[in-house]
Amino acid sequence: MTEIFGVPIQALFGQLMLGLVNGSFYAVLSLGLAVIFGMLNIINFAHGALYMTGAMLAWIFLEYLGVGYWWSLVLAPICVGLIGIVIERLMLQWLYKLDHLYGLLLTFGLALMIEGLFRDLYGVAGQPYSIPEELSGAFNLGFMFLPKYRAWIVVASLTVCLLTWYMIEKTRLGAYLRAATENPKLTQAFGINVPLMVMLTYGFGVGLAGFAGVLAAPASQVGPLMGSNLIIVVFAVVVIGGMGSILGSVVTGLGLGIIEGMTKVFWPEASATVVFMIMAVVLMIRPAGLFGREK
Amino acid sequence: MSRRVSIAYLIGLGLLLLAPMFIYPILVMKVLCFALFACAFNLLLGYTGLLSFGHAVFLGSAAYVTGHALKVWELPTLLGLLAGTGAATLLGWAIGSLAIRRQGIYFAMVTLALAQMVFFLFLQAPFTGGEDGLQGVPRGTLFGLDLADDINLYYLVLAIFAGSFWLIQRTIHSPFGQILKAIRENEPRAISLGYDVAKYKLLAFVLSAGLAGLAGATKTLVFKFATLTDAHWHTSGEVVLMTLLGGMGTVFGPVVGATVIVTLQNELADKVGSLVTVIMGAIFVICVLAFRRGIVGESLALYQRMIGQKNR
Repeated sequence: MTEIFGVPIQALFGQLMLGLVNGSFYAVLSLGLAVIFGMLNIINFAHGALYMTGAMLAWIFLEYLGVGYWWSLVLAPICVGLIGIVIERLMLQWLYKLDHLYGLLLTFGLALMIEGLFRDLYGVAGQPYSIPEELSGAFNLGFMFLPKYRAWIVVASLTVCLLTWYMIEKTRLGAYLRAATENPKLTQAFGINVPLMVMLTYGFGVGLAGFAGVLAAPASQVGPLMGSNLIIVVFAVVVIGGMGSILGSVVTGLGLGIIEGMTKVFWPEASATVVFMIMAVVLMIRPAGLFGREK
Repeated sequence: MSRRVSIAYLIGLGLLLLAPMFIYPILVMKVLCFALFACAFNLLLGYTGLLSFGHAVFLGSAAYVTGHALKVWELPTLLGLLAGTGAATLLGWAIGSLAIRRQGIYFAMVTLALAQMVFFLFLQAPFTGGEDGLQGVPRGTLFGLDLADDINLYYLVLAIFAGSFWLIQRTIHSPFGQILKAIRENEPRAISLGYDVAKYKLLAFVLSAGLAGLAGATKTLVFKFATLTDAHWHTSGEVVLMTLLGGMGTVFGPVVGATVIVTLQNELADKVGSLVTVIMGAIFVICVLAFRRGIVGESLALYQRMIGQKNR
C-alpha cells in the first residue's frame, strides 16, 4: 500500500474527506452566524441547539410520521426557521437597543432550554438515523472508497453556501438586506420594511443551522448533545475568519475542517484542540480575523 | 466601603458565623464557594464590562491543581490552596492577554473557545483522572485544626470568603477600580485620558481569574474531589446566570444570585431531573428580557423610588 509520511494513503484521504465533511458543517453554521450577526448584531448562541433541533426533527419525522430523508431535508429547516421567527418576534426584537451582550445571554438561555427539553424527552443517548437508499454505498475512486453520503454532505453544503452568497450579493432582496445592515434607519426611510427583513434574516440563519442538522443526522448519532460542543468550535472558526465576508466564512470553515482532519492523522491527541490553537495564533498575529475588518 | 455596605457586610458575616448551627454546613460552604466565584466574575462583568464566557476554566484548573497538590504531592492544605490559586492566576494571564485583543461579543467567544481548549486538555491529561475526576482529596490540617471536621472547615471557608469579598470591595473603590469603571462606561474616552486600557483590562482579568481559582481550590477542600464539570462551559454559564440574576455591578448581587441558584439546584436536582437545565435556561431568558438589573439591582431601584416619593 502506498504511504505518505508513514501514513497509508487511504487513511490519509479518508481523514481528508472527514475533514471536508466537518468543514462543510463549520461553513454552513458560521455562515448562518455571520448572516444573523450582520443584521441583528447578535451572536446566536442557540445556533448549535437549533442545528440539533433540525437533526432531531428529521428523526422524529421518520420515527413518528414516516416522513423520509428528502422531505425532512426541506421540512425540518423550515420548521427550525419558523421556530427562529417566533423567537425573534417574542424575545430578540426587544433587545436591539441594548448592549449586544444581552443577545448572547438570551440565546444562551434558549440553548439551555432547547437542549434540556430534548434531553428530558429523549435521553442523552444518540439515536441512529439511516442513510437514504440513494446515497448509501461508496464510489470507488481507484485509490480510495468515497462514501456517497459524505460526498453528498460536501456538495449540498457548498451549494447552499453558494446560493446564500448569490442571494445576498446578486439579487434585489440581497441588496435591501445589505442596505439594512449598513444603515437600518435610512433603509427604512426608503420604504423598506426593515423589521420584517430582520425577522426573516434570523429565520433564514437558523434555518441554515436546521439544514446542517438534517445533513448531519445520517452521518452521526442524533442526540440532544450534538450541537453544544460543535457551536464552540464554530465560534472559534468565526473568530479566526472574522464575520466580514460570506465567502470568507466558507473558506475558513472548510480550511479548518481539513486542518482538523489532517491533525487526526498526524497528531491525534491535538485534533480536539487544533482549531482553538489556530485561533490563539490568529489573535496574536491578526486580531481582526483573516477576513475581518476592525470596526 | 460605604457605611451602609459595611453594616450589611457585618450583619451578613454575623449570620454566616451562626449559619452552621441551623443549616447543613456543606451546603453553606458550597454557596460560599460559588458566591466567591460569582463575585470574582462580577468584578469583570459588572465593573469592567467584560463578559468572559470561560470563567469555569479557572475554577476547574485551581480545583485540579489543589487536588493534585494535596493528594499526590501531599502538600500542607494552605500551600495546596495557594498552588491552585496561583495556577488559575497564571492561566488567567495567558487567556486574558489573548482575549483582550478583541472587544465585546468577540471577547466572549474567544474566552469561551480558549476555555474549551483547556477543557479538552484536562479531558486528556493523565493527572485529572479523565471522566472520573480526582477523587479522595485529603483536607489536611490548618494551624493544628483538623479540617476533616466540617465545622472547622466551615470557618476556614468563611474566612476565605469574607477576606476575598473585602478585597474585591477594596479594589472596586480604589483608584484602580474607578479606572475600570471608566473603561466600562466609555473605553475610547479612557484611552484619550491617557490610560493604558489593555493593561488595566488584563489586570482585572487576572485578578478575577485568581479569585475564581481561589473559589475552585476551596471547593476541592469542601467536596474532596475535582471533576471535569468544574471546568465545563455549563459552569461558565452558571456563573453568568448567578451574577445576572443577583444583579451585575452591585456589591451583594452575585452573593444573592449564587445563593438562589445553588439552593434551587439543590432542591430541584432529585425532583425534576434533567429539566433543571430547562429551568436555568428559562431564568436566563426572563432575566434578560424583564429583569436586567437582577434581584439586588431591582430592589435598590424600588427602594430609591420609594424614598424619592417620600421626599416629594
